[in-house]
Amino acid sequence: MTSPLISVKDLTLRFKTDEGLVTAVNNVSFDIAPGEVLGLVGESGSGKSVTAKALMMLNAENSVYDDNSHITLNLDGEDIEVLSLKRPQDQMIIRGGAISMIFQEPMASFAPAITIGDQMVEQLLIHSDMTPAQAKDISIEMLTRVGIPEPAQRFGQYAFEFSGGMRQRAMIAMALSTKPRLLIADEPTTALDVTIQAQVIELMKDLVDEFHMSILFITHDLGVIAQTVDRVAVMYLGNLVETGTVRQVINSPAHPYTRGLLNSLPKLDDLEAPLTPVPGDIPSPLDRPSGCVFHTRCVESGAIAEKCRTEIPVYSSDSANHQVACHLATQGEQS
Amino acid sequence: MSDVLIEARNLSVHFPLRRLGFGERPVVRACEGINIEIEKGSFFGLVGESGSGKTTLGRAMLKAAPISLGEITYSDTDVTYDLGSLKGLELKEYRKRAQLIFQDPYAALSPRMTVRDIIAEPLEVMGITSSRAETDEKVREIAAKCRLNLEHLRRFPHAFSGGQRQRISIARALVSDPKFIVADESVAALDVSIQADVLNLLNSIQEESGITFLFISHDLSVIAHTCNFVAVMYLGQIVEAAPTHKLFSETAHPYTRALLSAIPSLDPDVRGHAQKLEGEIPSPINPPPGCRFNTRCPHAQERCRTEVPEWREMSSGHHVACHFSEELSAEFGT
Repeated sequence: MTSPLISVKDLTLRFKTDEGLVTAVNNVSFDIAPGEVLGLVGESGSGKSVTAKALMMLNAENSVYDDNSHITLNLDGEDIEVLSLKRPQDQMIIRGGAISMIFQEPMASFAPAITIGDQMVEQLLIHSDMTPAQAKDISIEMLTRVGIPEPAQRFGQYAFEFSGGMRQRAMIAMALSTKPRLLIADEPTTALDVTIQAQVIELMKDLVDEFHMSILFITHDLGVIAQTVDRVAVMYLGNLVETGTVRQVINSPAHPYTRGLLNSLPKLDDLEAPLTPVPGDIPSPLDRPSGCVFHTRCVESGAIAEKCRTEIPVYSSDSANHQVACHLATQGEQS
Repeated sequence: MSDVLIEARNLSVHFPLRRLGFGERPVVRACEGINIEIEKGSFFGLVGESGSGKTTLGRAMLKAAPISLGEITYSDTDVTYDLGSLKGLELKEYRKRAQLIFQDPYAALSPRMTVRDIIAEPLEVMGITSSRAETDEKVREIAAKCRLNLEHLRRFPHAFSGGQRQRISIARALVSDPKFIVADESVAALDVSIQADVLNLLNSIQEESGITFLFISHDLSVIAHTCNFVAVMYLGQIVEAAPTHKLFSETAHPYTRALLSAIPSLDPDVRGHAQKLEGEIPSPINPPPGCRFNTRCPHAQERCRTEVPEWREMSSGHHVACHFSEELSAEFGT
């Protein structure tokens, strides 16, 4: 095993609000190996985006990181403790340097009054010692690489002149032009049509092979996960409830929440199959359930419901890389 | 065959743009030459990419978009309306019968009104109920149907999650006892776990009250699970329409085929066999000549670039607009 590119350990993140401290991420640990694509799945409000933003220290001023939280970035054998980078000039190593991010809404991520080209050149000038002419050449080359027709002409255009799919391609081109080690993709295909989504997924897969970088892929769509990632981490209410390889998690889900997500998905090969929603709504993070955070919506706890209400399940592994935090799974293993 | 509730014949919706310099005034051809029949009590799905004109068609059927050419007829047991010439009292009457559920439950509900007021507003505006007590009773009855409890009615929309808000929107649409509901991307903004819940609710409402739904979505897998009839739209035209099981088993249009294969498979082992569709949907101001899909169609031939394909019935109830659907259908089947 090579050492991981980035290692998140016991990450706990709270937000100071008027109603008190809100726990957004609770004791989350995961690693991403070089060249690996890790998928982070969960409903809205499960803490996916907050976790990802923590890797780049992008969370708002009112965020409080727990003292035990560690995020270690391994750059060519040198360990960088991300959470101890306090000053903006120190954070430049991670922000746009070793890590780039693409966001869900490509229209909102580009400045509307600056041309796409100027925005691409600007970040290259900050993060490398290129001349503006070199930066322009690299930018146009990247636009060509992501499949934008007439890149030289597009370079001088504004975001509103691009269609949704093209904006997302330009966003990817921009994020990759600094050659990051880790790309964080926060719901990159959610705002796109299925046909365009298929194109973007294809493009991202090609780019992983070509640039050999790692991707943290955030989405709520398990179909997209199945098609893109190597490993999956399922989040619920700030907790990691299950991690494993994509085959383990999709083909033999161990946590009732993962099963719930899979069952609520419409399947094309069986049109008559009923859709089973996960009952109820995700609880407010201000009012986190005791014991297992999922017990309020769990339909499978049955006889050991009492235990789920009071005891926090520990993270156990039922096979090499497949870990789950559920009393039911642990019990099944013992018996 | 059962009765047709609403029917569009040769319907076109055009939005004229501002003239740029000299010459002809440019026109956005949002819908062009559409022929569909929606049967009473059916769950009619309309699918297509953004920019295909799905929403415009839905709105035209509610007389919320101008009808430029052709006609839409609404015919129930007691009345028949020609939507093109509908106005005044009759239009008000039609509004009671036809309702809309919006896409974004966060934007569709006024933040300054309680849930009770939101649901009661149509009753008051349309003058359906005469007293407050009557209104309240009606609101409670509908709220119960949409699984909202009395406690919820006193709160404001900000206190609710996406799924609950969508249930409030549904309650508001149902309160005037409509016969026809257009649900425009009603589950697109929801999480999958909640999406299933709302779809099940719509289905049970449909079964209980026999309301006819026009369900607009860009997601074929959602359509497949809820609708019994599907029409596929591309660049302002309907390219294929069939009963759901037929559309999936005997796909005849290459666009439908592409939409189907673009849905990411849940099986990690069948990666990458998706038939990728190149490029993006062209502008509806200047649609390509011939078959509008010819610029992206992997099977396009010379004939497709010049000759507009005819809207024809391939087999009973299965309509398609493609020159080569028989050959392609056989090919897709294998």
